[in-house]
Amino acid sequence: MSYRELDDMLGKGWRKPAFVKNPLLRWALFLGFFAYLIAAFMTIDVDWGRVYEGLDRGWAFVLAFTSPDFISRWSDILSGLLESIVMTVTASVVGILISIPIGLGAARNIAPLPIYMICRGIVAISRALQEIIVAILLVAIFGFGPLAGFLTLSFATIGFLSKLLAEDIEAMDKVQAEAIKASGARWPQWINYGVQPQIMPRLVGLSIYRIDINFRESAILGLVGAGGIGATLNTAFDRYEYDTAAAILILIIGIVMALEYLSGIIRARVQ
Amino acid sequence: MPVIERDDAQIWRRRTMGQSLVRWFGWLLGVAVFVYCWQLISQSTTWFFVWDAPRIANDIWTRATPPKWDYITQLGRPIWDTLNIATLGTIIALCLAVPVAFLAARNTTPSALFIRPIALLVIVSTRSINSLIWALLLIAIIGPGVFAGVIAIAIRSIGFCAKLLYEAIEEIDHTQVEAITATGASRWQIMAYGIVPQILPAFAGISVFRWDINIRESTVLGLVGAGGIGLQLSASLNVLAWPQVSLILIVILVAVMISEWVSAKVRGAII
Repeated sequence: MSYRELDDMLGKGWRKPAFVKNPLLRWALFLGFFAYLIAAFMTIDVDWGRVYEGLDRGWAFVLAFTSPDFISRWSDILSGLLESIVMTVTASVVGILISIPIGLGAARNIAPLPIYMICRGIVAISRALQEIIVAILLVAIFGFGPLAGFLTLSFATIGFLSKLLAEDIEAMDKVQAEAIKASGARWPQWINYGVQPQIMPRLVGLSIYRIDINFRESAILGLVGAGGIGATLNTAFDRYEYDTAAAILILIIGIVMALEYLSGIIRARVQ
Repeated sequence: MPVIERDDAQIWRRRTMGQSLVRWFGWLLGVAVFVYCWQLISQSTTWFFVWDAPRIANDIWTRATPPKWDYITQLGRPIWDTLNIATLGTIIALCLAVPVAFLAARNTTPSALFIRPIALLVIVSTRSINSLIWALLLIAIIGPGVFAGVIAIAIRSIGFCAKLLYEAIEEIDHTQVEAITATGASRWQIMAYGIVPQILPAFAGISVFRWDINIRESTVLGLVGAGGIGLQLSASLNVLAWPQVSLILIVILVAVMISEWVSAKVRGAII
């Protein structure tokens, strides 16, 4: 800050610096946002009478959490949960196994350009398509059941894991890899001893995080017929059996919490 | 260092006998679990449909191409609804996430014993349930429509935003807070001048990031009846109007790419 600016500021009260410096841009953003908000509110038609009627049911659902009903539909819940877990396990294993070579291919410092382009293309497609949309298409192609869910989750895992893995490989320490190369290692040896030890902690951490996501996603794939607990949950909502729905939601939250706790421990250990 | 003796020569080994045995059994267990899970999936799959899949996929492809381009005139309103669901949902979520984040952060929580666990519970439970399930629930409570979608997106985003935000609050530079405290500022002044300026960039980044994710999620909310372009998608799927489906998928892809581009630009400008 020059002396001149300081002189100008002397004797005047201090004001918080604005977050967006340019005042014109700031006001334009502000006004545009405000105009959008008004337009958005104008076009949303809320049936307040219907909302008011529903409040009783909403309250009944909140109350259901205090007395969840695990017993009367236990066999349905158990088979749904088991299917979700099975889908999570298989899809995570297959997805991780496939995403390692694709991740290697999508790292610019390892792969030659043609392979890089192909692998990046796969990653982009997998990331752009929503899980549910992929599941709808796969259910249409492969029929109802957990196979479609398994394929969906594997496909989504590939996009997620390959991208993050590739970014990690691109950010690795080149010196170690060069040292291995200088010792006359072949390409697989170079990957195994020069690259793999550097990315292993992150790979383990990301894989566990992805298992967590896969379980959460497997809970909704049932809505479109791709197996898992979602179908049971949907039926419970449709029949207004809020106590059963609450039980399922509590189980999902519990398993996700356990997975998150576990992944915290494992990630702390490998890093 | 584990070594093995053979012909009076010591050979280096990476692991001791016990360690490799443990590893071997770990892998065996993992493979056994995977094979078992795969068998469960295989049992509930009609393999005839799977062998038939290439033909079906080809059939769907020929039906879906070319997309029915003039249908796009009917997609304007659904896209606008989708945008509103994502934006309004994100705004509501942020309004709720800020207090939750301040209650959950270790350095700003009023009571680490009572209030912090409650805030963390709110974060975990809203985060672990997918927005589709929230939408399902809200449709039963407040009726189908855009409003249910907005609320579903809002509830789902609270946990995500609050978690990232409270981690940002916990990582702030403490000396700045102390400096403000030393001037004799009240609790709220410390908040406004010591803490908020430090987390504002993180806050802006998180909101744009979540908005991007919400655009993706709101495109499929219509599948359960919560408004937006998903409604059109499920209607077209139900009448097997594949040319319309392919056009909707293209529109969704473009919307997702635009939102990702905007989010990347804004975050790049902030950071």
